[in-house]
Amino acid sequence: MSNLEKYNAAFMECLEITEGQLAGLKYQDITAWDSVGHMGLIAALEDAFDIMFDTDDIIDFNSYEKGKEILAKDEYGVEF
Amino acid sequence: MNFEKILEIPPFSLNEAEKGKLLTERLAELTKLHCDKCGKYRNMLEASGFDAEAVQSYKDIPFLPVRLFKKLELKSVSKDDIVKTMTSSGTTGQAVSRIYLDRTTSSNQQKAMVKIVSEYTGSGRMPMIIIDCPGVVKNRAMFSARGAGILGFSVFGTKKIYALNDDMKLDVEGLKNFLEKYEGRKILLFGFTFMIWQHFYKELLRLKEEGVVFDLSNGILIHGGGWKKLASEAVSHDEFHKRLEDACGLYDIHDYYGMVEQTGCIYMECECGHLHASNFSDVIIRRPLDFSEADIGEAGIIQVVSTIPESYPGHSLLTEDEGEVLGIDDCPCGRKGKYFKVNGRLKDAEIRGCSDTYAAKF
Repeated sequence: MSNLEKYNAAFMECLEITEGQLAGLKYQDITAWDSVGHMGLIAALEDAFDIMFDTDDIIDFNSYEKGKEILAKDEYGVEF
Repeated sequence: MNFEKILEIPPFSLNEAEKGKLLTERLAELTKLHCDKCGKYRNMLEASGFDAEAVQSYKDIPFLPVRLFKKLELKSVSKDDIVKTMTSSGTTGQAVSRIYLDRTTSSNQQKAMVKIVSEYTGSGRMPMIIIDCPGVVKNRAMFSARGAGILGFSVFGTKKIYALNDDMKLDVEGLKNFLEKYEGRKILLFGFTFMIWQHFYKELLRLKEEGVVFDLSNGILIHGGGWKKLASEAVSHDEFHKRLEDACGLYDIHDYYGMVEQTGCIYMECECGHLHASNFSDVIIRRPLDFSEADIGEAGIIQVVSTIPESYPGHSLLTEDEGEVLGIDDCPCGRKGKYFKVNGRLKDAEIRGCSDTYAAKF
């Protein structure tokens, strides 16, 4: 599975959404992505990429696109 | 002054004069914002004869009684902008406060909270033991203060375990496995005071008598939610610390004071046993007879102000708690700002707090 596929899969499984809903999706746009859903998503991404987010990044992670930007940072080094 | 600016300043770095200036500027802005956006708030201020031009200090800004959020729907944003409604903990049949959050306020609550707690735990995340049951965060439509506390602190946890099952029984096997897996690591424990006492400490004590001992000397425990029930069982703060250390070696313990009406800016206990106000908020102790400000060391009613609330007019509130300021800028722990203690609920006030409302059943 490519990194993008893994990333999308985590979103789709945790938030129970389809691939078509991913682009432009923001934190709290849908009920599943509330603060409970957010911590679940973070845990799923940490498992999928074997990384550990900084607290600040967990809080800054507020959209589908922003999450990719955060994961691409040097400390996580996930390439999309 | 926008909130982002306040976030950039280390949370316990400002002295009284610097902090006073910051709070006055920000809270005057919030007062104006809520006057513009919330008709009920505006009416109350107008009826009280409040003159915005006359404000010299944040201490001149009127406070609303915290109870008002149980009676009135107070918000400064339109329905469409609300992403979360939080409710206070209440005993059965008690009315609860409703606090309406938009994206900005909700996100600023979490940011402030992380800045404050990081000053005590460090910014690194740790394996986390939540001393509560998983059921608390299940009902997502109604967000209780208890669930919000757990979730707020979850940001600091990496792998997490709920130490209690939904019958509030200690998951002995789960806890054992978790501690074996993370042996030698610093572990974060979070829970509410009475639940920790009733369902965690007492069970650890019982297990110890059977020869099953848990070592939590690597742990850091953060707990809140009220002492009322423990005080009635004559368990003091020092006793709570001593007994936990005796039972499982846990000695790094921090109480916090906070409320759902001002989520985010919690007041955490330092190494010297004092609760501290950060740059994000402050406490003002009021004399019950005329609401003038009490002196240091003089007990009175606690007023809380917060720089966070933009979606509801809760930036200045009179609580139903009694407390006293112990000092300003000179706590031996090195943190600037006011440090204080909470003496308990005012006489005849309703029971509240995540710990105390739960304890009312026992």
